[in-house]
Amino acid sequence: MWGIIRQRVGPGGFPVPILEQSMHRLRPAVSALRSYSSTAKEVTVRDALNSALDEEMSADPRVFLMGEEVGEYQGAYKISKGLLEKYGPERVVDTPITEAGFTGIGVGAAYYGLRPVVEFMTFNFSMQAIDHIINSAAKSNYMSAGQINVPIVFRGPNGAAAGVGAQHSQCYAAWYGSCPGLKVLVPYSSEDARGLLKAAIRDPDPVVFLENELLYGESFPVSSEALDSSFCLPIGKAKIEREGKDITITAFSKMVGYALKAAEILAKEGISAEVINLRSIRPLDRDTINASVRKTNRLVTVEEGFPQHGVGAEICTSVVEESFGYLDAPVERIAGADVPMPYAANLERMAVPQIEDIVRAAKRACYRSVAIAATA
Amino acid sequence: MAFCLTKAKKLIYNHLKSKMGSLGIINHGNWTHPVSFSHPIPQNLKKPDTFFTNNTTLFASRRFESIIAGKHLDSLRNVFDEIEVLNFPGGKVKFTSEMKFLSESPEERIHCYRVLDDNGQPTVHSNSVQIGEEVAVKMYNDMVTLQLMDSIFYEAQRQGRISFYLTTIGEEAINIASAAALNIDDLIFPQYREAGVLLWRGFSLQEFANQCFGNRDDNGKGRQMPIHYGSKKHNYFTVASTVATQISHAVGAAYALKMDGRDACTVTYFGDGGTSTGDFHAALNFAAVMEAPVIFFCRNNGWAISTPVSDQFRSDGIVVRGQAYGVRSIRVDGNDALAIFSAIQAARRMAIGESRPVLIEALTYRAGHHSTSDDSTKYRPVHEIEWWRVARDPVSRFKKWIESNGWWSDEAEFELRSSVRKQLLHAIQVAEKVEKPAIAEIFTDVYDVPPANLCEQETLLRETIKRHPQDYPSHFQFPL
Repeated sequence: MWGIIRQRVGPGGFPVPILEQSMHRLRPAVSALRSYSSTAKEVTVRDALNSALDEEMSADPRVFLMGEEVGEYQGAYKISKGLLEKYGPERVVDTPITEAGFTGIGVGAAYYGLRPVVEFMTFNFSMQAIDHIINSAAKSNYMSAGQINVPIVFRGPNGAAAGVGAQHSQCYAAWYGSCPGLKVLVPYSSEDARGLLKAAIRDPDPVVFLENELLYGESFPVSSEALDSSFCLPIGKAKIEREGKDITITAFSKMVGYALKAAEILAKEGISAEVINLRSIRPLDRDTINASVRKTNRLVTVEEGFPQHGVGAEICTSVVEESFGYLDAPVERIAGADVPMPYAANLERMAVPQIEDIVRAAKRACYRSVAIAATA
Repeated sequence: MAFCLTKAKKLIYNHLKSKMGSLGIINHGNWTHPVSFSHPIPQNLKKPDTFFTNNTTLFASRRFESIIAGKHLDSLRNVFDEIEVLNFPGGKVKFTSEMKFLSESPEERIHCYRVLDDNGQPTVHSNSVQIGEEVAVKMYNDMVTLQLMDSIFYEAQRQGRISFYLTTIGEEAINIASAAALNIDDLIFPQYREAGVLLWRGFSLQEFANQCFGNRDDNGKGRQMPIHYGSKKHNYFTVASTVATQISHAVGAAYALKMDGRDACTVTYFGDGGTSTGDFHAALNFAAVMEAPVIFFCRNNGWAISTPVSDQFRSDGIVVRGQAYGVRSIRVDGNDALAIFSAIQAARRMAIGESRPVLIEALTYRAGHHSTSDDSTKYRPVHEIEWWRVARDPVSRFKKWIESNGWWSDEAEFELRSSVRKQLLHAIQVAEKVEKPAIAEIFTDVYDVPPANLCEQETLLRETIKRHPQDYPSHFQFPL
């Protein structure tokens, strides 16, 4: 409480009136409704992705889907449900088990001019194909001096699920995010999923589309505008999910939900957090992030992936480079534990950021740490 | 991992299901003419995933039968004595009571198709294609040009004028004859020892030189090392340094060609070393399953840098692998231009007409070093190199053939060599003097449209150059 009041002491030297503070408490409730138009329909992320694929395949005959279990099995996570039936086996291709193989083949088809959507059962398996993603797709336009462009999308679940262990839980946002030639998208809500997948499929450059298995079943309200088949979100623009004044929290994918919940908890204690849903890792929307930090003067970055060389590190550097004078506290970085993901439920819980971690970090940045070791 | 077990089980079901549906593939004969019930099962064959076809029930119910096969077996056991054929997933297989292992190598190595003998004379009984004078002379011209280009550019590297070069010495027939038998619409996915294919298609000597010097006229905008040629106009996909990645690209593009219904195929080249990669395996396997019109051309030249084929694989070369994947294959004499021409022409007809992949293994010898970074005398005897270079030279062999047809003469030879030599030297001189690419080209083509951060960086770079001209002295090296 004191930290906030200290911050807000303006030229007059008087603390912020109580009324204004309670107004800030009311604000989160309003933005949590994500007020779009009045006709908001509840759509799961799974259905959002399915409808986006369906519409883009319908609109452009060059778009085709390829991956393990995408056809007959309706998709390992049912994302491609109904598509084989509708478009036939030439456009929904069930592949043998060779990520390197089918990624190479997808890239070859893209070289020719088709628009493949290559599904990895999880992005952990994309490591088998990463040479094709980077060397055959990302760098091709540059290496061929513009003669070979690769309009391909690599999509699939990324990051931790629940109880799947080390080889199924890694987050690849930082790895792919460092590579020039790629675009890397990280949808959170159903609107994100629809808009960004459509944008990715229409984009002439290779796009890595990192979904999240645990979000597939979550429902979000989607406006009628977003349900239209021409709907598309711009690549490289972050979204301010919740406006705030005291601290900026950046997050992507599943962590956006956690950050929003953390913001609600913080609001109860008088800290107004601005939550930014990055939506795009590459290009990173540095403008939005910096504008927000210049407003709030404090930053917490949240990600599920390993801490070293992570997304948070890049955001921190960007803020230090562009907005150093505006920072009132060191940047707090919340990331997954620096260990391969353990399986046991209690260990897994401790290896992945939790809402309390975000709350504590925000408080530290606001000089609000509780001295005694107690719950947040 | 429970995850993966489900995956495996589902794959089996999908495999079965897919045989009915889709790509119109795979003989339905297995299912429409099933083994009758008079063939019982021996006791030791009680496996849950083997099953019997006893009637023409719907495929779907057959799939479920496999789960309850155990029960079926118990009821049948008492009734019948012996079974000759079993319908496994994948088709009918005859049983044998003789335990015999397939030998790791065939009794005799697969024979090698050749048309011209070492003296350039057609062997008897050759069912080769007839090549007319015009094509034959152009082929010879290009083979000589390729040979000269290699020797002159190699020298240029030794003189320090270009940083790197890689020759096709010994493989001129492979390069030119294969290109000659293809159409311009066929897409080429090269490794790096196939510059002759591009030469045949019309890439000029000046263009080759420009790429090697990485100058402003390079259609690759100076982005890559020498010999990494690429030309969309000539349907020749840009060479990448990664080994064998082009093989699966070729399959993907072939699939796309098939979907488009085009009268064209893709052709991909790779060496003996490239066949050890995972990409080779996946690509051949996939191409067979997808029935893609692709020609896999393996230049088995005996060496992968310093690794001889005896250290690379233990199979009878590459040709035998075709059958392992269900791919039609042939072995040809890689130093015989006519054999290559015939094989490619036939392969192309099969690939497009029957929508299938074809594998061609051309046996040859890498008569030059791997590249300018290599000295092969360190790992192989000089006399061996010399013998192949001279006695088995594909260019002189083909020359003997066209001479015997009266299509070539010594004067023409002299004329050709001196003219090409002059052109090559001129091309190098010109390429050397052309400016390097503009610095804007550092930032273009990373994406379709340059992103904001790269535009900023370009502005910053220009300002830096302007502010510190002493650090960027030569306008030639840093054209704005």
